[in-house]
Amino acid sequence: MAATAEAPGDPVIRIDGLNKWFDDFQVLKDIALTVNLGERVVVCGPSGSGKSTLIRCINRLEGFQKGAIEVDGKTLTGDLRNVAAVRREVGMVFQQFNLFPHMTVLRNLTLGPMRARGLSRKVAEERARHYLERVRIPEQADKFPGQLSGGQQQRVAIARSLCMEPRIMLFDEPTSALDPEMIAEVLDTMVELAEDGMTMIVVTHEMGFARKVADTVVFMDQGEIVEAQPPEAFFAAPKSDRTRQFLQRILSY
Amino acid sequence: MARLRTLCVLAAAAILLAGCSGANWGWYVISPETEAGRRNLLFLLGGLKGTIALSLISFAIAVVLGFLIALPALYGNRPLRAVNRLYVEPFRAAPALVLILWVYYGLPVVLGIRLEAFAAGVVALALSESAFLAEIFRAGIQSVGRGQDEAADAIGLTFADKMWFVILPQAIRRILPPLGNQFVYMLKMSALVSVIGMEDLVRRANELVTSEYRPLEVYTFLLLEYLVLILFVSAGVRWLERKMRSDERQSR
Repeated sequence: MAATAEAPGDPVIRIDGLNKWFDDFQVLKDIALTVNLGERVVVCGPSGSGKSTLIRCINRLEGFQKGAIEVDGKTLTGDLRNVAAVRREVGMVFQQFNLFPHMTVLRNLTLGPMRARGLSRKVAEERARHYLERVRIPEQADKFPGQLSGGQQQRVAIARSLCMEPRIMLFDEPTSALDPEMIAEVLDTMVELAEDGMTMIVVTHEMGFARKVADTVVFMDQGEIVEAQPPEAFFAAPKSDRTRQFLQRILSY
Repeated sequence: MARLRTLCVLAAAAILLAGCSGANWGWYVISPETEAGRRNLLFLLGGLKGTIALSLISFAIAVVLGFLIALPALYGNRPLRAVNRLYVEPFRAAPALVLILWVYYGLPVVLGIRLEAFAAGVVALALSESAFLAEIFRAGIQSVGRGQDEAADAIGLTFADKMWFVILPQAIRRILPPLGNQFVYMLKMSALVSVIGMEDLVRRANELVTSEYRPLEVYTFLLLEYLVLILFVSAGVRWLERKMRSDERQSR
């Protein structure tokens, strides 16, 4: 078992020989990927390429049949060992926000820290207000999720993850369910997070975001990582024809 | 007070019926104006305790059992899901009356456990009801959606915490109407326990009929007793629904 990552640049996620099948259909084929502490990785690719499945494997929302994922020194294999330990280090933001609709924003944010981290209500609420401040909606603490706009809900969801003080944040198409005018506010929040040095893996089609913050852009197609490059090279000189075709299609408008 | 109005209409209809049918009514058996009538009336009402206790206890046990039985169907692997089916199908298929008789007369033979009528009734009704409630819980929890499960998992909640704080509060809101329905159904099913001698409303009525020979009045009164009980239950369920709806409205 490897040591935990300490300094920026140390590997914090190591994925090796990852294979996953849904019945007979292979969704992930021999995935190998290393993410260093503080690195921002954007994963893109056509729908059905396995990119969401890949990041869902990292905090074990999906199981897998072959290979290993090591997160901050803890190894996930096919079984359920280390799942709790890994989830403590990894925050996740979903396409559909998945806020708890029957709780206030504040309660959404304090539930995890109080129950899973054992914080007192007072400390958990202080922390919650701190992160609400950070996503710029401190005044919404006592509202219910249904009373907020989509962009605000997604920012609450980001704050909810941050309240667990994870070392790594996963974003699963965080802006895909939003109206266009709300996408920017969520991306701004994510850019700030990136600037603060958070390790992030972001599945998104927002190529502007990729250009701006990514250290590495990963292109997936049909369950494989086709290429992984820094954004300048990725957009200017993609190595693979498949990448080129994909970029042409999504950047044509 | 629409409920009270309904009750008045029904009571009036019953009395009207008494006048028109030409039957020879003898309400004196339970008339509160005579000593004997009062005694009979109190005797009949004395069955309320048994009926209410039996229904509440059985239902409470059935709710817990039903929830636990629903879990393997939702989160279990193939063998665990099979356990759920093996429980639900037979108990849902067994007529409650047969189950009551079997627990009372069969259990002592098979397992050497001899239960009193009340306990046997609780066991039989809870088993029978839990199978139905398991299906209701399954549907209710399913309707909450995977996203809530995943969000709770992602912030590191244990399974128990996820159920208690995230899934159940949302599921219960949705299944409250069918739960209320099942409770009403169960309250009526509890009448069957009179066959093994439990002192419930029906048993008391039967006993009084045997001694007074006024089945028409006694059974009419019995019907009204159930009607009142069930109107109370519906009012309670509606109150809960309203309360939750207003919470909901606040959260939309």
